[in-house]
Amino acid sequence: MNLGPHADFIFASYAVTVFVIAALVGWVVLDYAAQRRVLGDLEERGVTRRSQRKGDA
Amino acid sequence: MAVIDLANPTRFINFVNRALPWFAAATAIAFAFGLVLTMNAPDDYQQGATVKIMYIHVPTAWLSMMCWGVMSVAALGTLVWRHPLADVAGKAAAPIGTAFTFICLITGSLWGRPTWGTYWVWDARLTSMLVLFLLYLGMLALYWTAEDPGRGSRAAAILALVGAINIPIIKFSVEYWNTLHQPASLFRKGGSAIDPSILWPLLIMALAFTLLFFTLHFAAMRNEILRRRVRTMQMMQAQELAGAQT
Amino acid sequence: MSMFFAILVRDMRLSVRVGGGALMGALFFLIVVVMMPFAIGPDLNLLARIGPAILWLGALLATLLALDRLFATDYDDGSLDLLMMGRMPLELAVAAKAIAHWLTTGLPLVIIAPVLGLMLNVEMRAMGWVALTLLAGTPALTFIGLIGAALSVTLRRGGLLLAVLVLPLTIPVLIFGVAAANAAIVGPAPFGPPFTILCALSLASFVLGPFAAAAALRHGLE
Repeated sequence: MNLGPHADFIFASYAVTVFVIAALVGWVVLDYAAQRRVLGDLEERGVTRRSQRKGDA
Repeated sequence: MAVIDLANPTRFINFVNRALPWFAAATAIAFAFGLVLTMNAPDDYQQGATVKIMYIHVPTAWLSMMCWGVMSVAALGTLVWRHPLADVAGKAAAPIGTAFTFICLITGSLWGRPTWGTYWVWDARLTSMLVLFLLYLGMLALYWTAEDPGRGSRAAAILALVGAINIPIIKFSVEYWNTLHQPASLFRKGGSAIDPSILWPLLIMALAFTLLFFTLHFAAMRNEILRRRVRTMQMMQAQELAGAQT
Repeated sequence: MSMFFAILVRDMRLSVRVGGGALMGALFFLIVVVMMPFAIGPDLNLLARIGPAILWLGALLATLLALDRLFATDYDDGSLDLLMMGRMPLELAVAAKAIAHWLTTGLPLVIIAPVLGLMLNVEMRAMGWVALTLLAGTPALTFIGLIGAALSVTLRRGGLLLAVLVLPLTIPVLIFGVAAANAAIVGPAPFGPPFTILCALSLASFVLGPFAAAAALRHGLE
């Protein structure tokens, strides 16, 4: 594949796109892990939501 | 399961847990197809290989506008039906839309350097994308400053609808302003007669970016639902602690 | 309708008394315009060419800065709650407040613009046109800003957030305002089309602004 004289610009565009999308995916994945961890901690300490209590009773 | 059942946040999370791997796989396959087609697509006779930037630039431009559309629909859900899932959908869409608009601007600028000889030209389309980017940043600023998530989403919903009315007006006025100051755009991105050899890769890439948007949006919505749960539980814990002390 | 005028008169009285910011906008406008030659240089030809743009930009910033007070003081002393519970539709009450705000901060800008134009070497004949475009355009700025003021009062954050939210929405007004002024002064393009579009923007924001601002207050302050 010959990208001609402006190969740098094409590579830069694709690199920026990959970087931004990787950042988005990273944000979503890390955020999910963090929320799950905090939620797990809270549940371990016995904090429950109202809807869950209703379910238990 | 009917679609209406998804309106319940817990059911929505179950749905996302099951559907997300499939969405991610579909996104990956679409991107693989799209990128292979892009690599094999012929060069433009005027612009040479730089036309390959178009396969990112144009789909992200479409999606950044579609994302505001998603936010406006979510805004109606927030204001009319007061649905908590609509709040979550609007909030989760804002950062993704900002990122796509950013990609569109950067690739447009990188495309402009070989084509126009400079990184930034106050071209009508690029300038409207820049204004859209500013609107997205305003939306993010609003979410950041709101202490109470409910209040924040209602304010953001109003802004989303006002923006939806304003964006066409802004596009129109920027085009008017552009014709006032320079005779014509230097080249037209994707006129009416696109060769099929370019159109197919473009459509597949657009599909891939759309799938990527929905994958990210569903995952971000799930995160946001969990974040609100954590918030409620922390507040209840604080209440219980306060109650135990008195 | 008498309640509408009661709010209008009350807001105008409040803004011209001690603690009101009626003439602050005009003073700010004066200072912004005086700052410009220090940044650009005292080249009279250049100033004459970009004079209308400077006047428009100054008016935009002055309108924006004054918007902060539109709901903030009423929110602090509780009269906003009274307005929301009142018999009159909130949209009308909000519109009355915006009109009072424009009369006390927007109109002074239009009146002093010709004087400031002299300092920028804009011709006397042209100054009338610039003032006319400001007269047609500043209501749009106030009514678009009204939405931002309502949003920022519900979030209890004013100042910069308001500017960040409102400025991108005012781009069409700025474009057509300066285009109409330039068309009247130098342009080969006719004055009519941009000026009528500017008036249309003002009228549209006159309808949209109060509805969106009232919705923002209702949903935000419950």
